[in-house]
Parts: sequence; structure tokens; C-alpha cells
Amino acid sequence: MAAPAPRLDARLDGACLVVALGGRWTTQAIAGEDAALAALEPAGAMQARIELGEIDELDTTGAWLVYRTARELRRRGLEVDLSGGDQEQRDLIDTVAAHDVPCPGPPPPVNPLVTLLLRLGKATVEVLAEARDLVNFLGHTTVVLLRSLARPRSIRLTSLVSHMEQAGLNALPIVGLMSFLIGMVLAYQGADQLARFGAQIFTVNLVGYGVLREMGILLTAILVAGRSGSAFTAQIGTMKVNEEIDALRTIGLDPMEVLVIPRVLALMLTLPLLTFYADMLGLLGGAVIALVELDISFLQFARQLSSGVTLWSFWIGIIKAPVFAFIIAMVGCFEGLMVSRSAESVGRRTTAAVVEAIFLVIVLDALASILFSNLGI
Amino acid sequence: MRNGTVIEVTGLRTQFGPQVIHEDLDFSVARGEVMGVVGGSGTGKSVLLRSVIGLIRPAAGRIVVLGHDMTALPADAVRALQRRWGVLFQDGALFSSLTVAQNIEAPMKEHTRMSRRLRRDMIDVKISLAGLPPEAANKYPSELSGGMRKRAGLARALALDPEILFLDEPTAGLDPIGAAKFDQLVRSLQRALGLSVLVVTHDLDSLHAVCDRVSVLIDKRVKVGTIESLMREPDPWIQEYFRGPRGRAAQAAAGHGAGTGNG
Repeated sequence: MAAPAPRLDARLDGACLVVALGGRWTTQAIAGEDAALAALEPAGAMQARIELGEIDELDTTGAWLVYRTARELRRRGLEVDLSGGDQEQRDLIDTVAAHDVPCPGPPPPVNPLVTLLLRLGKATVEVLAEARDLVNFLGHTTVVLLRSLARPRSIRLTSLVSHMEQAGLNALPIVGLMSFLIGMVLAYQGADQLARFGAQIFTVNLVGYGVLREMGILLTAILVAGRSGSAFTAQIGTMKVNEEIDALRTIGLDPMEVLVIPRVLALMLTLPLLTFYADMLGLLGGAVIALVELDISFLQFARQLSSGVTLWSFWIGIIKAPVFAFIIAMVGCFEGLMVSRSAESVGRRTTAAVVEAIFLVIVLDALASILFSNLGI
Repeated sequence: MRNGTVIEVTGLRTQFGPQVIHEDLDFSVARGEVMGVVGGSGTGKSVLLRSVIGLIRPAAGRIVVLGHDMTALPADAVRALQRRWGVLFQDGALFSSLTVAQNIEAPMKEHTRMSRRLRRDMIDVKISLAGLPPEAANKYPSELSGGMRKRAGLARALALDPEILFLDEPTAGLDPIGAAKFDQLVRSLQRALGLSVLVVTHDLDSLHAVCDRVSVLIDKRVKVGTIESLMREPDPWIQEYFRGPRGRAAQAAAGHGAGTGNG
């Protein structure tokens, strides 16, 4: 669409400033004419005439420029009249004139140092408040969970099984693949380094310790936090936006019992199983590399594993699983219930749930490492 | 330029999978008229609007808007065409991270060569045209009431001085007083700026107050006419709609406020 530029011609006719406008005075076409009109110098003229006769097209922006030019010239003491133009154009100019209501400008920018301090303080208070609420929710969940376990009939079985399927069964392919690859990576790195000392066989110990104690559980927990923790937040958060949580309460159901407990229990039951599965595939990955790279047969691998790695290493990984599961599910449900009534907050809370869950899992894992090493196991 | 049709839809078919929404649908909007679109839930009112503005691709048929066939146009030509109309979505659809003024400025910044100062001036004019108080300029959408959000959405829809204005349920969610004021605003803007308007609505009062003609979606097609002529249609849904208790009340209300009928 070719947009012929607006035409502007200003000349002095005796004591009269004549501003002749022509062409298209529209939002799309107007560019520098604004500055040209603002720079008009009356140069001693007493009157001004704005000619509209040649204008082909006029919209609110064009009408505004005509009006503003007239207003500015009047302010400088000139007598201004408009000539030419049809009724519609004049009506439009009158319309924009009636809407000459300046809005306050944007607030002046604050000192960046002050903004920084302000944001730091605000973020600190928010984090602390969130931590307090999370601890509060931890207590609440624990109480309701223990009460549910005392009265097993109150546990919603359908919901529990469905969440176990989604969080556990459906996660098998990705968890398995990931663990297998991690086992391979550990074996490769170990083989490279240990071969220098002729201690290739200890690659088995490295893979066994690494996978069983740390990698199996930690990576599975991180994956489940990303997969299921976020899903819990999104599900519960969407229910919150749709007022379903309020609807539950009004029909006398406790969202903690209906929504939170099945999810928490489901994850606490499935994460140990997933961890066991991840351990097995991690060892398999290590064993494959040991066979290919170091010529250690599966039998040798198993023998070295049973003599070099204590059973405790395996149990340490499995023991951590229900604790991590509890944290992941609790944080996911907590963030879901914290969603305010907007779609935007569902997204924000989901991100927060994943970040918090992973952070807490790693912190707990570090604490567990210190604890177990002091206990000497 | 002044006369003729701005929207011409012929033989439109829209379908989602096996479900056919519109079949062989014809309808048109003349320049400078306000066309209302009504119909029961699920008859595809919003789908029709979305098809016309190019958000949904029809399965068959032609949609000619401002002389261009939307279905045959390359994507960049559609974008150029989209600057010549404004759309007000149901809840305003304002960008939540921008203030009202920045929302209105966004299309201007993107599509015009106006100077910064002129843009500021025009933002103020549009805010006033949409009936918002000047203080609203620096507020964020979350700080506005539902009615104000719609007005801000309208101001943004008017940012590029469109020829056609599309309104999707403009009065839904407003209290009756706010809805009546919004109707008046639409009508006065339409007259002052010479707009053609396509409005999807459920609101009978709104139909009487702003629409020149009405399209009723029935059996995957539309029946078009003035409210008076539609009331003579034998179709049971139309009869129920216009002659039911709410329809009669709206008609009585419109009868009292003379001069809000056909322009």
C-alpha cells in the first residue's frame, strides 16, 4: 500500500501566515510533519489561516496536528481560522479538540541505588515470608498425613493410584535412559583416570558408590521434581484459578485430604521404587562400559561390586528417597495452593516449585552426606 | 470510499476435525454500520469473528476485508491489513507488563513513524476518547477495574485509527450501568470516527443500543436483518431470543431512549 506523504506549505501573505495542508494526514503517513508544524514561526504575522482544502484523508492524528497548530498559534497571539475541508473533517477536528486532556507523564525514574535496595529488601521479606509459610505447610501436611495413615480408609485410593501411575510408571523410560547414561559417564571417567594407576578394576567401585549413594537418587529426585512437582503445582494452581478449591471446601471436603495427601503419598511410594530402578540401570550402564572399554566381564563386575561396595551404600540411596519425595510433593502442592486467581501466577508458581524443590533436595542431600559420613557409613 | 462493504464473507465453512461450525455462510458489513452477531452458546460467534480477523483459517469460502481476500493473501499482506482494524478482546487482553499508556503506544511505536512527542499526545487523546480518566495512563492493567480494562483495550484498538472495529462481548462482565455507558461510548466513537463495527454480543440491551443490523447464527449460517425485521422471522430460536422476557424488556428500554435506533 503506497502511502503518499502529507503535504505542508507555509508562507507569509502580508500579515497573514498561510498554512496549506494537502494529501494524506493519517496515522500511517505522518512522520516529520509534526516537527515542521511545531517549528512554524509567525514572524510578525497577526493572523493565520490553515487551509484544509487539499487534504485527501484525515484521521485523528491529522486532526490533532491541525488542532494543535491552531492552538499554539493562538497562544502566540495570532488570530487563527480554518478554511476549506468538509463537514466530516471539521467534526473530527472538533472531536479531538474536545479530547485535549493531557495525562500526567510517566513517574520520574528513581535512583537506581534506591531501586536496588528496595528490591533487595522486598525480595528478602518475600523469601522469609515464603519460608515461614512453607514451614507452616510442612507441619500441616505432616499432621494430616499422620492422621490419614492412622485412618487408612480416609485415603483416596483412586487418586493415589492415578498419581503413582503418572509420577512413577510414566517416568520409567526417561529415568531409565538417564540413569543408564549417567552410569556410562561415570565408568568412562573412572576408566580414564584409574587406568593411569593400573587400577581399572576400581572403576566398578566408583560406579557402584557413585550410582547407589548419590547419582541414582539425586538425579531421579531432580527429574521427578521437574516432572511431577511442577505438574502438582500446575494442576492445583489451575483448580485454584477455576475456584475449584473453594468449591471443594463448600461441599465439606478438605483440599489437604483430597488433593495434597494422595500426591504426597503417591510420590513417597514411587520415588524409592524409581530410585531402585535407576540404580539398576545406572549399574548396567557402568557394566556395559566396563565390558567394552576395560574388558571387565559382567561376572567380574558383580564380584567386584559385592566385595567393594557395602550394602549400606544401596540403602543410603533408598532411605533418602521417601524424604526427598515428601519435600518435592509438599513444595509442589504448597506452590499450587499459593496461586492467586490469575493464569499468570500459575506459571510463576510452577517455576518457583521446581526451583525450590530442587534446591531443598540438594541441601538435604548435602546434610545427609555429612550425617552419614560422621556416622561412618 | 464512503460507501460499499468493508467485510464480505461468502460460502464460509469452518470446521474443527469432524465438527462443522459454519457451513456455506454468507454475510457482509457495510461501511459505517454497526453489525451485531448473536447466537446460542456454541454456535460459533467468536469463531466467526476470529475467522474474519485472520486468527482462524476457514476450511472453505472467501473472506474479503477492505477489498482484500484474506484467504488468498500472503502473511505479510495480512499483517499490513491488520493495521487497518482494531480488535477489543473479551477482557481487554492488555499486555500485563505494560502500563495503559505503553499498551496504547505499542502499536504506534511498531507501525508508525510518529515522533515520541506526537505519540504521547495521541495516547492522551485516545485515553480521553475511550472515556478513561487521565490518571489511568500510568496504571497497570491489574490495577484497573473490569470496565476500565475494556476501555483501555478499546483505546489500544483505536491506536492506529482503524477503519473497522471488532468487539468480542464488549459488555460481558460489566455491571448494567457500566455496560450502558460502554454502549454509548461505542456508538459515539463510531459516529465521530466513521468506524464500521462488528460486535459479538449476548447483551440484548447492547444490541438495541448500538446495532444497525444484526446477524443471528442458526444452523451453521446467519440470518441478517434489523431487529424489527428479524422479529418477523418464524425461526423459534429468534422468536424466543427477541420476544422472550429479556428481549421484550430490552426492546421496551430501547423504545424509551429515542434516537438510539438506526442511524
